Amino acid sequence: MQTESKIRADSGTEPGPRVPGCSLRHFACEQNLLSRPDGSASFLQGDTSVLAGVYGPAEVKISKEIFNKATLEVILRPKTGLPGVAEKSRERLIRNTCEAVVLGALHPRTSITVVLQVVSDAGSLCGCVWPCVGQITSQMGEEEHCEPTSQMGDNGGSVAEEARAVLTFALDSVERKLLMSTTKGLYSDTELQQCLAAAQTASTHVFRFYRESLQRRYSKS
Amino acid sequence: MKETPLSNCERRFLLRAIEEKKRLDGRQTYDYRNIKISFGTDYGCCIVELGKTRVLGQVSCELVSPKLNRATEGILFFNLELSQMAAPAFEPGRQSDLLVKLNRLLERCLRNSKCIDTESLCVVAGEKVGNIPKILNLGISAVDFIAAIVALCHFRRPDVSVQGDEVTLYTLEERDPVPLSIHHMPICVSFAFFQQGTYLLVDPSEREERVMDGLLVIAMNKHREICTIQSSGGIMLLKDQVLRCSKIAGVKVVEITELIQKALENDQKVRKEGGKFGFAESMANQRITAFKMEKAPIDTSDVEEKAEEIISEAEPPSEVVSKPVLWTPGTAQIGEGIENSWGHLEDSEKEDEDEGGSDEATILDGMKMDTGVEVSNIGSQDAPIVLSDSEEEEMIILEPDKNPKKIRTQTISATQVKAPSKKPVKKRKKKRAAN
Repeated sequence: MQTESKIRADSGTEPGPRVPGCSLRHFACEQNLLSRPDGSASFLQGDTSVLAGVYGPAEVKISKEIFNKATLEVILRPKTGLPGVAEKSRERLIRNTCEAVVLGALHPRTSITVVLQVVSDAGSLCGCVWPCVGQITSQMGEEEHCEPTSQMGDNGGSVAEEARAVLTFALDSVERKLLMSTTKGLYSDTELQQCLAAAQTASTHVFRFYRESLQRRYSKS
Repeated sequence: MKETPLSNCERRFLLRAIEEKKRLDGRQTYDYRNIKISFGTDYGCCIVELGKTRVLGQVSCELVSPKLNRATEGILFFNLELSQMAAPAFEPGRQSDLLVKLNRLLERCLRNSKCIDTESLCVVAGEKVGNIPKILNLGISAVDFIAAIVALCHFRRPDVSVQGDEVTLYTLEERDPVPLSIHHMPICVSFAFFQQGTYLLVDPSEREERVMDGLLVIAMNKHREICTIQSSGGIMLLKDQVLRCSKIAGVKVVEITELIQKALENDQKVRKEGGKFGFAESMANQRITAFKMEKAPIDTSDVEEKAEEIISEAEPPSEVVSKPVLWTPGTAQIGEGIENSWGHLEDSEKEDEDEGGSDEATILDGMKMDTGVEVSNIGSQDAPIVLSDSEEEEMIILEPDKNPKKIRTQTISATQVKAPSKKPVKKRKKKRAAN
């Protein structure tokens, strides 16, 4: 499962790299809310919310067929406007991370399509996208769960736009190792390591959230 | 992905059930599915659910200049998208008939009925505010239009004031945004016909739509004014059938309009009182598939120590040599790439290796990733450093154009011809540079 959490400083004006009193915003998720897709989830964090649906394993076009594993396709739709380059690059990012995690070898010559729709965006979008993808676990076997965690380096304000740098990491659930990292802005290597360490700490909460939500879902079956 | 075809026995089953006045979900002939409306945190965003069909509507606006022949009116854009989440058959980039039909219907319903006062969108005759509702259909049904209308009613545009020649657009913090002026709310009701018009169903579900003969969509407002009628599928209807449908539509529209008003009022109330609003609140948390977690503080006190540990244990970053070599104004070189690995050819010299520093992605010490070279600033550089004395190599530098701007060159920009052994190395460098 992939989760993404954004860490914001509550006490806004700390200039140093140490950001005391970080907290994860409130989040909520709902699974299996759409009837047509094979799996679906909606994830909300603060005011940002993303809806995801997955179809698969299903028939794949011969041109896209891979003989020994599943073809993973990710489609990300922004809320307004036509999808552009930013969406394409995010799609690729998600796809690469998912391919590492999803056991595609169990379903050769099939296609797995993940469709993401941004319902509202109040920062930390990257972070929200992942939990959605992660929540759709029922059909695909995943060898390890991963969690993307978003970190803001040295932000004076508590909003993504004002941060000096935004770092997003995807961590794996088993050993908290780094699966994916994407960053924007200027930061030093000390800050990078600090953010990574903080992300690892934050990831425990997010994974707990996932575990509990799944436990709740399967508690009656 | 292909749509799974409907089997013959399922089709026969549905038709037989309709003949016996039975529907799959237990509704009566004239019953509508449950409508649920929820709003997002920003104005103009709403999700409407009709049974299992979900539609997301979003309205946005911006200041643009008007059409030349309509200088005092605002511009409205409608955009309907069928997301692939709704059905695997909806592939992006392929405009199906259904999409075109729905788009057209939406436009006719909302634009031609003049439900939105476009003149009120005008800021200055000559400059305007345009509105861009975007509807994202997550299902197949005429509920799109409910979503559109709801989103439009909910939307607030930022306040604008005109003083003489100056137009000031106030942000949301400065002044409360202003609602659009909407004359009336057209609502669509759809009717499905079976067996050449013998049987009628209101608000067909997806299965029923697949076996129907034809569809009639009537858009009406609560004053019983018909805004749009569209009949598709090639069924032939009698006059009294159409009249009957419009009567049914009248009743339904009144109910739905009431529902919309109530939802809008609730949302308004919650916002005014400062309560929580948005999608997070409208999620039912009694459901077993839904789960919430409150704000969780994170202990980041040992983050610094951990980071320092890691950094101290890590190897120091490799020496990065970034001395640019200026060949001519406009052409420069950083690094030399790696050694020639083609084995010993007599005259190719082994150049001193310094790690083609520009090829390594090093982010250390606050250095930016940008490895471009500012040629214009290397005025203080001494005479170009001669790199290699290889006789084999002859570098031809083409005279550059007047180009004082920054040039991202990591290799010589000219091509050299005389040294085939060097070529692959250069090519490799170029590829690396493109990374």
